[in-house]
Amino acid sequence: MSTLRFVDGATAADFVVANDVDVEQIAPDLHRYASIALVFPKWTDGRAYSQARLLRARYRFAGEIRATGDVLADMVPLLARCGFDAVQLRGDQSREVAERALGFFPNGHYQGDLGEPLPRYRRRAEASA
Amino acid sequence: MYRYDDFDRSFVHQRAAQFRDQLERHLAGQLGDDEFRALRLQNGWYVQRHAPMLRVAVPYGELRSKQLRALARIARQFDGRADGPYPGRGGFGHFTTRQNCQFNWIALADAADVMDVLADADMHGIQTSGNCIRNITTDCFAGVAADEVVDPRPYCEILRQWSTLHPEFAFLPRKFKIAVSGATEDRAATAWHDIGLVLRKNDAGEVGFQVRVGGGMGRTPVIGTVVREFLPWQQILVFIEAIVRVYNRYGRRDNLYKARIKILVKAEGQKFVDAVEAEFANILIDLDGSAHLLTEAERDRVAAHFTLPAGVAAIEGDADADSHASKPVAYARWLERNVHAHRLAGHRAVTLSLKRPGQPPGDASASQMELAAQLADRFSAGELRVSHDQNLVLPWVRASELPALWQAAREAGLASSNIGTLADMIACPGGDVCALANARSIPIAAAITERFDDLDELHDIGDIDLHISGCINSCGHHHSGHIGILGVDKDGQEWYQVSLGGADGSALSGPSTAGKVIGPSFAADEVADVVEAVIDTYRAERDGASERFIATVRRVGIEPFKTAANGVRRATAVHA
Repeated sequence: MSTLRFVDGATAADFVVANDVDVEQIAPDLHRYASIALVFPKWTDGRAYSQARLLRARYRFAGEIRATGDVLADMVPLLARCGFDAVQLRGDQSREVAERALGFFPNGHYQGDLGEPLPRYRRRAEASA
Repeated sequence: MYRYDDFDRSFVHQRAAQFRDQLERHLAGQLGDDEFRALRLQNGWYVQRHAPMLRVAVPYGELRSKQLRALARIARQFDGRADGPYPGRGGFGHFTTRQNCQFNWIALADAADVMDVLADADMHGIQTSGNCIRNITTDCFAGVAADEVVDPRPYCEILRQWSTLHPEFAFLPRKFKIAVSGATEDRAATAWHDIGLVLRKNDAGEVGFQVRVGGGMGRTPVIGTVVREFLPWQQILVFIEAIVRVYNRYGRRDNLYKARIKILVKAEGQKFVDAVEAEFANILIDLDGSAHLLTEAERDRVAAHFTLPAGVAAIEGDADADSHASKPVAYARWLERNVHAHRLAGHRAVTLSLKRPGQPPGDASASQMELAAQLADRFSAGELRVSHDQNLVLPWVRASELPALWQAAREAGLASSNIGTLADMIACPGGDVCALANARSIPIAAAITERFDDLDELHDIGDIDLHISGCINSCGHHHSGHIGILGVDKDGQEWYQVSLGGADGSALSGPSTAGKVIGPSFAADEVADVVEAVIDTYRAERDGASERFIATVRRVGIEPFKTAANGVRRATAVHA
């Protein structure tokens, strides 16, 4: 699990990308930004998860990717696994709950993700090799 | 069957603990209704008319007797209502077209305890609801079917693992259903799914998938589009990742009724296919993008779970154990209807019918589930399947034990010889319990079951698919019924639209297609008369006893049926 930084929004990200923007369009300019904010207009709108994944795995963006908008504590495990490394929780959300949420699956997951790229069976195969 | 290892087992317990945390915060007022809603849905908890509904995942329909006993325990201990506004209600499970099991009367406060009971039996409700990748379904005869080309179960398990808590695809525009078939006959209605996969072998004997995308029912019934005729099996996870990512990015989110992938596929056509192919090619060059290409070692490791159960082996020399000659008529009928060919010599697959008078289609009480579990232990290596047609199947029955199984199943009330007949109808739970329904399904199913209670008549009518949905969400698959019945609401009253000629894609039904509506809706108390009129028309029009209902409808068209149906209108006569 990658480490997540909890931010309060006092300092804005360099660039805010709406969730209906094709990240392909901004790819040529990524080198200009140290941090990018992706937006959840509603927490159940999952487009920004794909944006984050593409920014990291396809366009190799190494700066900060921050989750903003309607961000709930219960989303944090998904955010971390999709390549977000900073989270600005919605105002009423508890950081304590979010941190607890990160710990429910200590043995990891089945499929690979941005924190642990190999699916479980490949991790096991490598461990036993 | 797949056997959980320590990881799988701790995973479902961890999921149950996560759900308990969410439930406790909700009950303590720290997690609002709206927020808890999407979280509980992804664990199978709906809020229904009288109580929450729990949908338990039965991955690709495979159940152990021990798991069925756990479901029985939940029905008995948690689902029954002794008091309150609905005394005596509950105490049963409902098996669904997607091979899952639902409970309708569990109190929300008990929800986390129920998840622990499930986890102890290697079960869960993960992704049985919500806008995510749902339980993978397949042929209820997978691994035993005589017409099987490739056993789909290892691929289903690999897909189950890959889709379980996939972090990127938990909040798609809408629900997402995948079905897999590996036989000549499609018993999984693959073309009606968001993704329909059919396993094939090419001329070189290599295994691959035909891939369809964008099938679905609901307001806009659509048959899935073939996007690949032969995708090598090694690429299946990456290709599905490409499909779901394109959908997650571009599927509509502004209108609930236009949010399924079928709308995107229809609107974009070839552009959608091109986008999927481009995404697929891109993933393979992404950082670690090829990590999910399947290896032979992994496929074989998973496939090793699906070898023959202990104690099961081919038995030569009893080929005529189920010949109909000189058998009592009732037994011969059961052999004809409920017993199915098997790939393994000396074995049969047997359907335990959950279609009988006095109980809704697909329902089983706690004691019926326990009896079915006993039958599985005694006759089927402790294994069962849930069928798309809402019955239970014993997959490993020795042909020589068919007479003993018939006796035992009769005593258990699970031997109705009606599989494939009009009585073997598909029906959703409908407005009696479901908050989404516009009309009730169960009384309609009961009226038709009562009307056609004569086995001679049912056998004479022969194979026919009757599907009933209580609303346009189409859980009862009315679109694909040879006779489809859809509950609709007009001015607060229940009405029923009847359609004819739908097909689920089986050999009997022909290529998947939606049925045609035969005129304005009927009143509830007219529906059984309509079905009878339609069946009478078939018997009058059919070209010999061997022409099945669907073939007659195709040959003569729907007009004579429509005329007969209009003839029985009473309450709705003025609309006709």
